[in-house]
Amino acid sequence: MLIRRPDDIKSSEITPESVYLNRRAFVGTAGALALGSVLTPDALRALSATGQSQDDKLTSEEDATSYNNYYEFGTSKDDPKEQSKDFQPMPWTVNVDGLVKTPRPFSFDELVGKLPVQDRTYRHRCVEAWSMVIPWQGVMLKDIIARCEPLPGAKFLEMTTLYDPKRMPGQKRAALPWPYKEALRLDEAMNPLTLFATGMYGKPLPNQNGAPLRLVVPWKYGFKGVKAIVKLRFTDKMPNTTWNDAVPSEYGFFANVNPSVDHPRWSQAKERRIGQFLKINTLPFNGYAAQVASMYTGMDLRRYY
Amino acid sequence: MTTASFLTRAEPLVRRGIRPALWLLVLLPAVVLIAQLLLDQLGAEPIEKLEKGSGEWALRLLAASLAVTPLMRLTGWGWLVAQRKFLGLAAFFWAFAHLSVYIVLDWFFDWNEIIKDILEHLYITVGMLAFVLMIPLALTSTKGAIRKIGGVRWNQLHRLVYVSAIAACVHFWWGVKKDVEEPIIYGAIVASLLALRLFWKRGPATPR
Repeated sequence: MLIRRPDDIKSSEITPESVYLNRRAFVGTAGALALGSVLTPDALRALSATGQSQDDKLTSEEDATSYNNYYEFGTSKDDPKEQSKDFQPMPWTVNVDGLVKTPRPFSFDELVGKLPVQDRTYRHRCVEAWSMVIPWQGVMLKDIIARCEPLPGAKFLEMTTLYDPKRMPGQKRAALPWPYKEALRLDEAMNPLTLFATGMYGKPLPNQNGAPLRLVVPWKYGFKGVKAIVKLRFTDKMPNTTWNDAVPSEYGFFANVNPSVDHPRWSQAKERRIGQFLKINTLPFNGYAAQVASMYTGMDLRRYY
Repeated sequence: MTTASFLTRAEPLVRRGIRPALWLLVLLPAVVLIAQLLLDQLGAEPIEKLEKGSGEWALRLLAASLAVTPLMRLTGWGWLVAQRKFLGLAAFFWAFAHLSVYIVLDWFFDWNEIIKDILEHLYITVGMLAFVLMIPLALTSTKGAIRKIGGVRWNQLHRLVYVSAIAACVHFWWGVKKDVEEPIIYGAIVASLLALRLFWKRGPATPR
């Protein structure tokens, strides 16, 4: 699986945002392609295949954009694509609040613009025991955090999805307590794997996948990946999170992928990779233990599920 | 027109049309699901769609079979009893299809995992219970079996369908993540059909 750490990424590999946002024109630019500044799907596939015990073939873009859990746009898997088709993500503002030097609203560009764009192909493991392999584009959350200038007392970062039932029809029903909130410990948020995605498959992030800005934490269950983020709040106390609030016995704050701790109602030992027939074994921390396990040393992962 | 005269007029029509209608009800969803599967119209997770679809049809038909006795009582149409058998067997076959999807497509005969799943996860346990209870009912659905067992004991045996229906609803409810709307609807329908029986219990005995 492709995991590129910051020190692996040469400045020559960083895609300028203007180019990235205008991919169609960019693809036509043979010179830029020659620089290899963006990984083609084939290259990603080759990279993902190296050194892996699992067959991490990319999930088809069609599947990844039509099989979604995004209750703000309906509770069936095929609802979000259909019900989000009129959603206009731009212009977008993110309120930065709590323990920061200056709480204030950031425009999308102020928050994300000119940050090094990352190409990351990650396994995505849903708590419902299915999984995908998705090529994301985005920025490292730690770069965004630096722009927010948190105060030394900040220990957690809470992230909130837009609440606007007119634009998000699923919010007219109380399927979950709105707005959707997720949070990370600050060290988790600062981990180089943690991404704020703005695109996937080399295209701007589709509405049904959380446009314009969503969290990607590949070693945690998918529900941690809060979508359409409008608020970042830095705090010293562990924030409440939506699924943990809704069903505390089934969904924990940490939600690290763990094959040896079952969901109370179903096994987490195996998963179905979308597009494949036979189930495959689920890996501890979704296969990212080398990068993240040290953050949980000494923690009872059975208790802090 | 009084209700009674309406029923008298409607009876021959319903009696003639009901069996073809029920066959359509039972077979059409299977044709649709198989066609969708072959035409790749079941989305990214076709197995899940087949599993959910077959389970829901089993539950719908089970609820429909439970509705026959109250209908017989309301209409006085004794011949409906044959439709009860038809719907009960149809529910059994859809439940069998549901279980087959689970064993063959979902787990591909991974018996270790299947047995673990049945023993450790209560919603699967309850689902298996719902199915297993239907087996003796399907086996004793023939006229010969009724004669052999005797009407009273046959009626007692077939009360197992109440347990099976409740177990099926619980299985559905416990299997969803948070979206309990559908399980609640099915649960409410089955609960009303069972409540009707309790309500009528003191009245004149009708075959269950």
